[in-house]
Amino acid sequence: MKINKNIAISDTGFVFNPINGESYSVNPIGVEIVNFLKEDRPFEEILKTMLNKYSVDEATFEKDYADFVNILKHHNLIETNE
Amino acid sequence: MNKRKVCIAVSGLNAIDSPGPGVAVIRGLREAKSLDVKIIGLSYESLEPGIYMHDIIDKTYHIPYPTAGTDALLARLDYINSIEKIDVIIPNFDAELYSFMKLEDALKAMNIHMFLPSIEQFEERHKVNLPEFGKKYDIKVPFSKSIFSTHEIYSLTDDFEFPMVIKGKYYDASIAYNSEQAKSYFNKISAKWGLPIVVQQFIHGTEYNITGLGDGKGNTIAAVPMRKQYITDKGKAWGGISIEDKKMIALTHKFVSQTKWRGGFELELMKGQDNEFYLLEINPRIPAWIYLAVGVGQNIPEALVKLALGEEVEVMTEYAVGKMFIRYAWDMIVSIEEFQQISTVGEL
Repeated sequence: MKINKNIAISDTGFVFNPINGESYSVNPIGVEIVNFLKEDRPFEEILKTMLNKYSVDEATFEKDYADFVNILKHHNLIETNE
Repeated sequence: MNKRKVCIAVSGLNAIDSPGPGVAVIRGLREAKSLDVKIIGLSYESLEPGIYMHDIIDKTYHIPYPTAGTDALLARLDYINSIEKIDVIIPNFDAELYSFMKLEDALKAMNIHMFLPSIEQFEERHKVNLPEFGKKYDIKVPFSKSIFSTHEIYSLTDDFEFPMVIKGKYYDASIAYNSEQAKSYFNKISAKWGLPIVVQQFIHGTEYNITGLGDGKGNTIAAVPMRKQYITDKGKAWGGISIEDKKMIALTHKFVSQTKWRGGFELELMKGQDNEFYLLEINPRIPAWIYLAVGVGQNIPEALVKLALGEEVEVMTEYAVGKMFIRYAWDMIVSIEEFQQISTVGEL
C-alpha cells in the first residue's frame, strides 16, 4: 500500500491530488501517516513509532489507522494495484 | 527576440457573469513573447466591458449581429480593415463562427487570416450531432436527442429518466427534474437560441474541461486540462485548477488526430461514477478560462495567431500542474461620452 506518487502534501496538512485537482486537509497526525505511506514504511514500523510517540493503545491505533487508510483509498489517494 | 508586429481583431469582449473569451485571449496576446500586438476589439453591444478596457484594447468597432447576414459583416470588416489593416481575426462566439467560416476566403483576399475549423468539423461536433460524433470516433458521450416541440417532451421518458439536461443550440443548459420543468426550460431556451433543443442524459459526476489547439493536420499543438472548482449558477467556471490527468490528454489527442481539428477548442467532460470521462460538448473556439493555459505555460492565443499567419509552431506538452485561476468582478468608471461614442458611431 502506497500513497500515489504524485500526491503533494504540505507541512500544514494540505493534500493535493494533481490527477483530478481534488484537495483535502488532514490534521498533524494525518500528515505524519501520509508521509510514512509516501516513504513506503511497513505498518509494523508505523505502529511502533506512533505507540512510542503518542499515548494510544495498539487496538485503538489499528482501528483509527484502518479508518484513515480507507478514507485515503476512497479518495483515490492510495495506489490500488496492490 | 524580434517581435513580429501584428494587428489582431478579437470578439467576445463581454467579460460578464457568463463571459466571452475575448478579454482573456487578449491578455494572452499581450503577453506573447514573439508578437508585438495591436488589438482591435469587435463588439456587438455597447455594454461589453472589453470596449472600455483601453489598456489592453487599442480600438473597438461594433460589428453586425450574425442575423444581419455575411454581406453586412464583410462590408463592416472591409471598412475596419481600411483603417486598421488587420492581419488576424480571432472570433470567439459560437454563434458568429459560421459567418466567419463562410467569409474565410473573402477575408483572405483582404489579407486577413484566421485559424478556424472547417464547416464540416464545425457541424460534425455540434451538440445536435454529438451521438453520431461519439459513435464515429469511439468517444463516450451521454445519450441525447434533438427535439423541436414541447409535445415531444412527454414521450422522452421512453428513452430518458429524470433528471435530464435541456440544452440550447448554442448556449444555455438547465437540469429538469420533471416534464413541467423540461417544458419550461424548452420554452425559455428556445426563445433565446432557437430550435432544436437538445435533451441530454444527466451524468452524475465531476466536471472537467480541457482546452487545446489543433493544427489541422492531426497534431495537438497544445492541451491544458482543468478541473472546475467554483461554478456559477450559470454553470460557468469562476475558479479552476490545472491538473495532469493523462486520460484527458489522451482523449484530446484522439479527438484532434481523428478529426484533424483546426483551431482552438474546448472539450467539456464529465467524470462519471464509473470513473469514465463522458464528452458533454465540444466548443469550437477558445474558452473564457484560456488565461489559465497562458498562466501555466501554454500561450494558445499566441500559437493560434502564428498558425493563422502560416508560421511553424512547436508542439507544447509541458505545463504547470496545480495552478489555479480565480475570476473576479471589477467595476470600471466610464464616462457617458465613451458610451455615447460607441453607441452612436460604433467605434471607440
